[in-house]
Amino acid sequence: MWNKKDLIGIKELSKYEIELIIETAVSMKEILKRTIKKVPTLRGRTICTLFYEPSTRTRSSFELAAKYLSADTISIATSTSSVQKGETLLDTVKTIEAMGVDLFIVRHSASGIPYFLAKNIKAGVINAGDGMHEHPTQALLDVFTVFEKKGKIDGLKVSIIGDIFHSRVARSNIYAWNKLGSSVIVCGPPTLIPPYIEDLNVEVTYNLDEAIEDADIIYVLRLQLERQKKGLFPTLREYHMLFGINEERIKKAKKDVLVMHPGPMNRGVEISSEIADSLLSVINEQVTNGVAVRMALLYLMLGGKSDENTV
Amino acid sequence: MYFQEKAKIMDKEAIKRALRRIAHEIIEKNKGIENIVLVGIRRRGVPLAQRLQRYLKEIEGIDVPVGSLDITLYRDDLNLKLEQPKVGKTDINFSIENKDVILVDDVLYTGRTVRSALDALMDIGRPKTVQLAVLIDRGHRELPIKADYVGKNVPTSRKEQIEVRLEEIDGVDEVIIGEWREE
Repeated sequence: MWNKKDLIGIKELSKYEIELIIETAVSMKEILKRTIKKVPTLRGRTICTLFYEPSTRTRSSFELAAKYLSADTISIATSTSSVQKGETLLDTVKTIEAMGVDLFIVRHSASGIPYFLAKNIKAGVINAGDGMHEHPTQALLDVFTVFEKKGKIDGLKVSIIGDIFHSRVARSNIYAWNKLGSSVIVCGPPTLIPPYIEDLNVEVTYNLDEAIEDADIIYVLRLQLERQKKGLFPTLREYHMLFGINEERIKKAKKDVLVMHPGPMNRGVEISSEIADSLLSVINEQVTNGVAVRMALLYLMLGGKSDENTV
Repeated sequence: MYFQEKAKIMDKEAIKRALRRIAHEIIEKNKGIENIVLVGIRRRGVPLAQRLQRYLKEIEGIDVPVGSLDITLYRDDLNLKLEQPKVGKTDINFSIENKDVILVDDVLYTGRTVRSALDALMDIGRPKTVQLAVLIDRGHRELPIKADYVGKNVPTSRKEQIEVRLEEIDGVDEVIIGEWREE
């Protein structure tokens, strides 16, 4: 059973807990297919999204997941809040907590912020992406998507392509797939592969053909264009030539390979439009499944616990 | 704590006879089964609904749709449970709009499960009628809910427990009355 107050990273989850989330998400997905997408389970629970970094899909996905379960949501936009007056992060969170919020969903550019908050407040915390650390719900929805498509999550070969260095999505995925008994290869330009990444039990290659050859899943990461100025790779064109997934490259892959991307995509850079919109791509399913997985997580963390935050 | 069995109140044949009678009653009350759909409440209501479907087919020669309903997300006692219940999947792949829905469960006790199931059904569609079929009615209602079809009425005390065991889930068909005892 679930007994964690917070979800900071996949690293801290057991295989059993990941499977429990996936199993619960299967049931939640049925609700998304209904005309009336609402169940009363989390009536009277309050969830706050606190995003110190821009986001469309993660934030709306969490908010919709909460609403479909009948929880109330508030969202703090840092640009219009007291953060602008110099209030510290912890003070902001404690203020909102004092109003009776049960769970915070936090995104921040600094690694470790969700962990720091979790240690200092009574309400639960879900990490919605922190710096270069983890983005656990992304990895969970990726695993769920693969489970739906392949019917299993063990014994698979997962290739993660692109900017591994800056990617919290890559880290969470590496932990998840390893725990589930699938193997991971990472591939990208040497400047974007962090040293000692092998210690996370992954294979490294700088050759894209090698990475996609027997992959069951090609996981394409967003090239974080804001990093281009730092000279980590020469040009976008060259990047696409060497590491972009397009119709030509995909010919070397298995016929039933799944192409995944956490979004937002740079079409024509890390992935071509033909592939992104092809039958191999499950990118839209990933988005739908994100809501189901977050509903599962909210149920497991908040459903049926009465001893929590009452003001 | 251990479960002490006191008596077997139904065996395989008795369960079969009760369900066949309920099938006949459904047909009689609804003057046919053209508009009937069966919805079993997870878990043991589901095999019971499937069996009713078989009996209805034997009698009328029509296949009525069968679905399963998980009510975990609609419970009013989530806070009171020691262990968080697992959420099962609701699987109703037909429209219940304007249908006569027969809701099927194993035991009718406080009525709270049925209350949750009614809420869950209404979120899926607007049936013409909802009727309730249960294998055992053991009394002690806490809500104004009544079964339309009952396999067997069993007067019980609140301390007692009814266990319905079905071949599809438990490997055997029987209904046991017993009590939880301290060691």
